[in-house]
Amino acid sequence: MRNAVGREIPDELLTGGREVFQGNAYRDGYTYTKVGPTVRASVMSKETKVVADIRAAIEACGMKDGMTISFHHHFRDGDYIVNQVMQVIRELGLRDITVAASSLGSANDVLAQCIEEGIVTGIQTSGIRGRIGEAVSTGKLKTPAILRTHGGRVRAIECGEVHIDVAFIGASSSDEFGNASGKNGKANCGCLSYSDIDARYADKVVVITDTLVPFPNKPASISCIDVDYVVVVDEIGNPKKIASAAARITDNPRDLKIAEKCAEIMRATPYFKDGFSFQTGVGGPSIATTLFLKKYMEEDGIKMGWIVGGISTPMVELLKEGLIGQLADTQDFDMGAIESLNVTPGHYEVTTSEYANPMNKSAYVDKLDFVVLAALEVDVDFNVNVITGSDGILRGAPGGHPDTANGAKCTIIVAPLVRGRIPTVCDKVVTISTPGESIDILVTEYGVAVNPKRADLIAALDEAGVEHVTIQQLRDKAYSMVGVPDPVQFKDRVVAIMEARDGTILDVVREIKPYSYDG
Amino acid sequence: MRKPEKNRLRRTMMFMSAQKPALVKDAYIFGADSVILDLEDAVAENQKDAARFSLYHTLKSVDYGSTERVVRINALDTPHWAEDVRVCVAGGADAIRIAKCESAKDVQVIDEAVTAAEKEFGVPEGTTLLMAALESPMGIINALEICKASPRMFGIALSGGDYRRCLHTKYYPSGSEMLAARGQMIIAARAAGVQCFDTVFTNFNDMEGFRAETQLIKEMGFDGKSIVTPKQLAIAHEIFAPTAKEIAEAERVVFAIRENAKKGVGIFLVDGKMLDIAFVEGAERTLSLAKATGLYKGDLV
Amino acid sequence: MKVNEAAVAGTLESSDVMVTVEPGEGIQLSIDSSVINQYGRAIRATVLETLDRLEVTDAKVTVVDHGALDCTIKARVECAVFRAEGVSEKNIPWGGAVR
Repeated sequence: MRNAVGREIPDELLTGGREVFQGNAYRDGYTYTKVGPTVRASVMSKETKVVADIRAAIEACGMKDGMTISFHHHFRDGDYIVNQVMQVIRELGLRDITVAASSLGSANDVLAQCIEEGIVTGIQTSGIRGRIGEAVSTGKLKTPAILRTHGGRVRAIECGEVHIDVAFIGASSSDEFGNASGKNGKANCGCLSYSDIDARYADKVVVITDTLVPFPNKPASISCIDVDYVVVVDEIGNPKKIASAAARITDNPRDLKIAEKCAEIMRATPYFKDGFSFQTGVGGPSIATTLFLKKYMEEDGIKMGWIVGGISTPMVELLKEGLIGQLADTQDFDMGAIESLNVTPGHYEVTTSEYANPMNKSAYVDKLDFVVLAALEVDVDFNVNVITGSDGILRGAPGGHPDTANGAKCTIIVAPLVRGRIPTVCDKVVTISTPGESIDILVTEYGVAVNPKRADLIAALDEAGVEHVTIQQLRDKAYSMVGVPDPVQFKDRVVAIMEARDGTILDVVREIKPYSYDG
Repeated sequence: MRKPEKNRLRRTMMFMSAQKPALVKDAYIFGADSVILDLEDAVAENQKDAARFSLYHTLKSVDYGSTERVVRINALDTPHWAEDVRVCVAGGADAIRIAKCESAKDVQVIDEAVTAAEKEFGVPEGTTLLMAALESPMGIINALEICKASPRMFGIALSGGDYRRCLHTKYYPSGSEMLAARGQMIIAARAAGVQCFDTVFTNFNDMEGFRAETQLIKEMGFDGKSIVTPKQLAIAHEIFAPTAKEIAEAERVVFAIRENAKKGVGIFLVDGKMLDIAFVEGAERTLSLAKATGLYKGDLV
Repeated sequence: MKVNEAAVAGTLESSDVMVTVEPGEGIQLSIDSSVINQYGRAIRATVLETLDRLEVTDAKVTVVDHGALDCTIKARVECAVFRAEGVSEKNIPWGGAVR
């Protein structure tokens, strides 16, 4: 069945109430009942929840074949938790496990091996990279991977679409009852926002730390009321790879040009006024945009109300200078952000549900004025791909992209027009991860395009004298430089389902076919 | 084929290796007035041939829009310059930058080769402009004859690294080591009616040093600066841009001169200053520069 | 024209392509590219057209591409072939066989 963004979704996937994507507003007002965890009460007092090791915790949880386990990705490329847990699962001979992670990266490559061995047969995640992406794209995973937005993951757990049997929560510090934090340890990550939903909805919750601190460990991101067992290991991760000393601000002239243009555009919209709200990432032009904004805020004598999402040192500095009111933090990209969390007044943690869950009664993203986002590809309908590479292989993360894009009043994509020979702006993205109706403006080093549905923004840019072209013109410019790309060659089999944030199917990813000149 | 423009705006001339595909494919997006595709120092001795093939296709297939494409060729004491000239003309470069130029003779040798190449490749004679880089005391001494050596010549540029070594000095933030060379060059260029460009500033991270040097040469009368990274562009353009006050003043001067000329009045007052027709050229140049930088939208120029 | 000597042009940098030509029977072309999925056919066509324009009939040609544009691919193939013939330094037929 064809969905609202023109993608053909195989009927065999449309079972058990699954529907195709029918537009961002389709499930506005949807009524549902949350599905809670099964809890084993601890009525009588006990001394400690600390068990000998990961194996003891897994056995105490009663883990069996076919269960679903979860991880968070706050330790990013420095994560040792997934490897340690999967090693024990392999030793125990468990099979047919589904891993429902907030995201997966190159530190979790062990999962690719587990997929090939049949230990892991299901993957649900908001990001997939490295060897795991290759394993899924080449058809090694038994069931289609399910890719969700950060908000969509929370929704799926609360709606009962995914039930987590055991959540493994790596924590930088914990007390022996499981009050767990991303600070106060040897390897700190700051927030544990993505784990909040796992702690509250998994049947069994295991906190794994390398720094046991006296009870009570406060402030704690994870509360002891939700924790079954605590395991102390030698190392939870590599601190150097968890967070850099300070997020590097790009000195790539192409990125700077894009960032400067982006800030100029934001200033030209009616949303650039005292108290405005903003979100952006750390890569490429993103942080640089924040610094160009600073200049305009000072010139116009206005201040930013708040930032939500991933936090980095330059944002903390602006908070301290009084140019930003608050930082609603969901993850920390560098040491400056980690140290500031819960210390600098106005810098606090929010859960992923508060941040982005579309089936809440509201979320922070709904209050965003601006979000500045990256893209691997953008097509002439403004659909964005952040999940598959130009070779058709899974290597990206929808993360909060579709959540913030839908929520913000002005969603801006910043991207170079071409990367090497690969055009960013194209006729049809390989995979849609964010629907074009969420995207308002595209900024490239070759020019700016505004989604035609935003006549108000077009008028604002015209009034400010900011030049813009159609997105078709940007595509034509890209193609004139690099040539018209051939479509990537896929087999029929679906290897991954890209869910829209409301749980409908936005797109599917198919098994990659070895390249053929005749294909 | 574009028409040669000897007196176009050249606030910034940005160097890049002709042999680096990632650089040359779209270097125009940063907004330098001219790019200098380099066949000389940026290309290793055993890659001169490869660089020419790359240069030819870059010139032929990449649309640089209004950005001028200058090619720096290898010096006359190398075996490379003759083929360099052929590929520049065949590819349709707007101009050739002669490296290590020391005399009018050097310019004339290149001029003849260019003329021959224009004949060979069916390019209208005189299309390809020349500029000369002065890198030695002899070049500086001969600046005037170099400027006047060919009708193709649009300007001279100082090449600081080699010149400082010849002079037994090094870079000083005050610019004192270059004062004599810069002074001689700007006077020669103005006497000959060609443009004058300053050397590169090679410490990419010292933006304040770059700003100070650019401000100095602007005050001396130079037309532009050679640059090596797009990071330096915005500062150079900012320094070369006329101020709002200068633009308003120039506008009043041009307007007053034209009005008074109609009435047959030769000498008159603007803002309390006595002016005559001789001031019109400078005022018009200010307005042209302002127009090119988007600061002036009127129709006096 | 047969290629009689081996020659290389280009680098393994991003946006560049390394082209090796060696003696061979007919045109034996192998392409390894970071953008093969979307530009494999385009790269092959550009290489073959360029060889054809240079009247190369017999050569083993190895292309290792890191996202080079067509103009770079042409330049590297031409340079490799001229180098193999020992005539890459001067009197190149700009606008003729090289275009």
